[in-house]
Amino acid sequence: MSKLPASSSLARDARPLTARAGVLGLQGDFAEHLATLERIGVEPVDVRRPEQLDTIDALIIPGGESTTIGKLASQYGFIEKLRDRTAEGMPVWGTCAGAIFIAKDVPGHPHPLAGLMDMTVERNAFGRQVDSFEADLDVAELGPSPFHAVFIRAPLITHVGRGVDVLATLHDGTVVAARQGRLLATSFHPELTRDERFHRYFLSLGKP
Amino acid sequence: MGSQQTHENNGSTGTWTLKTGLAQMLKGGVIMDVVTPEHAKIAEDAGACAVMALERVPADIRAAGGVARMSDPEIVQRIMDAVTIPVMAKCRIGHFVEAQVLESLGVDYIDESEVLTPADEKYHVYKHDFKVPFVCGARELGEALRRIHEGAAMIRSKGEAGTGNIVEAVRHIRAITESIRALADLDERGLETKAQEYRVPIELVRQVAKDGKLPVVLFCAGGIATPADAALMMQLGAEGNFVGSGIFKSADPARRAKAIVEATTHFRDPKLIAEVSRGLGEAMRGLTLESIPAAERLAGRGW
Repeated sequence: MSKLPASSSLARDARPLTARAGVLGLQGDFAEHLATLERIGVEPVDVRRPEQLDTIDALIIPGGESTTIGKLASQYGFIEKLRDRTAEGMPVWGTCAGAIFIAKDVPGHPHPLAGLMDMTVERNAFGRQVDSFEADLDVAELGPSPFHAVFIRAPLITHVGRGVDVLATLHDGTVVAARQGRLLATSFHPELTRDERFHRYFLSLGKP
Repeated sequence: MGSQQTHENNGSTGTWTLKTGLAQMLKGGVIMDVVTPEHAKIAEDAGACAVMALERVPADIRAAGGVARMSDPEIVQRIMDAVTIPVMAKCRIGHFVEAQVLESLGVDYIDESEVLTPADEKYHVYKHDFKVPFVCGARELGEALRRIHEGAAMIRSKGEAGTGNIVEAVRHIRAITESIRALADLDERGLETKAQEYRVPIELVRQVAKDGKLPVVLFCAGGIATPADAALMMQLGAEGNFVGSGIFKSADPARRAKAIVEATTHFRDPKLIAEVSRGLGEAMRGLTLESIPAAERLAGRGW
């Protein structure tokens, strides 16, 4: 194998995006996120105790039931620790229930949530399971080809604060993906498809 | 967007991905049987990931005897209105009109369940005809694969519902996981023989052999009464638990519900299971299998 000069852009891109990425494994489809991380060459960590947050470089909050995840997370002291790690610059991505978990404003939510990202998220906004749907999205950050998104009893981002960028909308303008610095929220499930672009994009947020 | 780039399911509802996907979101969680909106709130507050809306829990169905049918839509609707988590409801085996009714109500999942009196002795509901996803019970791998082939998007062990006795659920989960492991050693001819035995297409058997797991989520049901029962089933390979009579037939349902949720999440942490099991009060009384006449056992229903 030929050696690449350390300064070449190719060598820089070949570096792992993030060494160890965690997925909150309290409830939901954390296994699908862990498998996706492994496929793209990142060490996946199933995070079930707050102290594990110190051992990872980025955290994904998976899909699942936001009431269940919120309840277990607050009971075991995750929320304060997560706020500390986020303040230190750790990237956090919430998919579906995870987006609810990281939103600052969730009208009517019965349990405490992390409240990290400046947006309002409405739960079950598209209706019940029979209204769940699949849709192709244009996401400029991911390149020209559309991202096929799976929406399951999905929440809706109804308002974003200043400093939050909208990354994707449905045809009617409904916001379904947004980013604030190193915080990412999607109301759909990239982990249920074989398209890994959103995972790679998220891991790139941790780069200095 | 160019047409070649558009995904075939763009704009679709009721797809296989969406049906199996909702079950993925329930993983690691507990689905609780409830008979009133108040029960449903207790379950949601305890951290249930979904509820099963019923007129009677299985222990009471067993005690009442007679024909057990789909619940009154009024009860199902009131429970749907009371909580924000997914709501499931049961139809009789083969009773596709009960399934149509439940779908029209907007329930999130239908359980085609042996706990109710079967309506058809030959056919289960053809579940691919529906937009709403179905979960079905199974005692062994062949039964699970037949249900998946008919369109079940989630499988649960049958156990023996309403007994508070875990022994049948253990038998069924072991039978399913051991048969899956055994497929790994078979050559193509062996897989063909299995497909014939199971009465399902060879492609489905090949897929299970290759993946080492079912193509849908596998939960445990039937007999869970304690946090340790819940963790036992997770360690045996279940991806989550249904708890029926075990919660609302116990002395302190709210505490027991919460304890079972925690034990399901932290199923490999005996210290935590000990902690949440302390002073829970009396569990449901339970039944030994030997005390139930063969004709009153529920797990044998379905084929």
